[in-house]
Amino acid sequence: MRLFKHFGQQRQTLAGALCVSAALWLPSVGTLRAQNTPIISGGVGFLDSTNAGANFFQPVVAPLVAIPIGKNLLVESRFDFRGVYARENGKDGPYKGTFFKSTQYLQLDYIAASHLTFTVGRFLTPFGTYNERLSAIWMQNFQNAPLIFPIGTRTTGSSDGAMVRGVLISKPAVQVNYIGYFSAFSSVPQFESARAAGDRVGVYFPGKRIEIGTSYARFLQGTHNNSFGADFWWQPWRVPLQVRSEYAHGEHAQGYWLESTYRLSQWRGMNSVIGRLEPLFRMQQVFRNSPGSGDGLPSADTKLADFGLVYHLPQEVRFTTSYSRKFSDTGNANIWNMAITYRFLFPMWRGGQ
Amino acid sequence: MTTIDISARGWRFNRAIVFLSLIAPSVGCLVAQPRQERPAVKKNAVVQPATSRSGERKFQENCGRCHSVPEQLSPRITGTIVRHMRVRASLSAADAQDILRYLSP
Repeated sequence: MRLFKHFGQQRQTLAGALCVSAALWLPSVGTLRAQNTPIISGGVGFLDSTNAGANFFQPVVAPLVAIPIGKNLLVESRFDFRGVYARENGKDGPYKGTFFKSTQYLQLDYIAASHLTFTVGRFLTPFGTYNERLSAIWMQNFQNAPLIFPIGTRTTGSSDGAMVRGVLISKPAVQVNYIGYFSAFSSVPQFESARAAGDRVGVYFPGKRIEIGTSYARFLQGTHNNSFGADFWWQPWRVPLQVRSEYAHGEHAQGYWLESTYRLSQWRGMNSVIGRLEPLFRMQQVFRNSPGSGDGLPSADTKLADFGLVYHLPQEVRFTTSYSRKFSDTGNANIWNMAITYRFLFPMWRGGQ
Repeated sequence: MTTIDISARGWRFNRAIVFLSLIAPSVGCLVAQPRQERPAVKKNAVVQPATSRSGERKFQENCGRCHSVPEQLSPRITGTIVRHMRVRASLSAADAQDILRYLSP
């Protein structure tokens, strides 16, 4: 009852906020050509998870801002605001909430040439493919990041420093992409990062839609160590199948994940009731070579099989659900996840012609 | 990180996030109607191989590996989106131009 009373008090504020949001959606009049109006994009989601009987839920707002400057500059950033509500005593007791906020990236890109871009600021650590491509809540198929995610990205998954990236070869048959970066140590709140350097090289065959990549990272603080990674993606043209996989080797552990999705769009098209369904499967394993406290990896050998289902609702709304079975020396467990996410995208202001 | 007791007062921001995350998907469905400025692009289509490397094909080859074309896409922002994707997907200038033409013909 108190909650409803509280929402009543907030009604005017929320109504105002929704009106502002609705105004931003209003269409403009006339035919417009491509323009560089800054954008606000991102995702809003409500995630629910039950891990080994302990339930928690997370409301998330993850806005992304991109502001082009002149012909060659771009300022872009992504933030993450989430509350994590869990029972006080694990499986029982009242729910208590913890609020997290993070700056995932805040970077300035300078497109120096057709095949060369310089980036400075805070950026997503480009190790493997998951962090840069699939970590956004409106893109990820499974709520939980792969078990091997901390290998190569460690600490926050973001780096503070400079990065150079681009495409070395861009031909119809093959593309070769490269990334090199250096990150400085930072303990500034919201901008924590490790001192590290690394690179990623990817070879992509557009005709086959096959990509093979390798990653390397060297941590340059504390005990210096190397991480290696390899990734393989395949998305055949003729069927809506996606196969994504990564392998990573760190100082204390190694592992892989392999994910496949198949959207049922071959039954009456992408926008049919059945065509909006996308079953998912992911298999992952981590092999612990030696104890590594605080490296974010499972403390013992772990196998995880994830089965999921995505339903693509209209207007960029996705409903995802999954069941995972974890096999580990520290104990087996069931993990249930459910989420609804909405991806938004609109200009910061209404522009002219 | 801030720890909050759910039964205490003064967490309007936190509650606003809960509320927003629940309501926004529904609002998105209701408010975001198709607009006239929507570009003539085939959304969510499984593209068959073509002899020419068109903008659509380049979109599918690069951007489409992680996501589909946004359902609501104003020409006012296509330049910004393509610049963002040029950095994110390491596109060459020529590929970025082709994709721009596809998204905003």
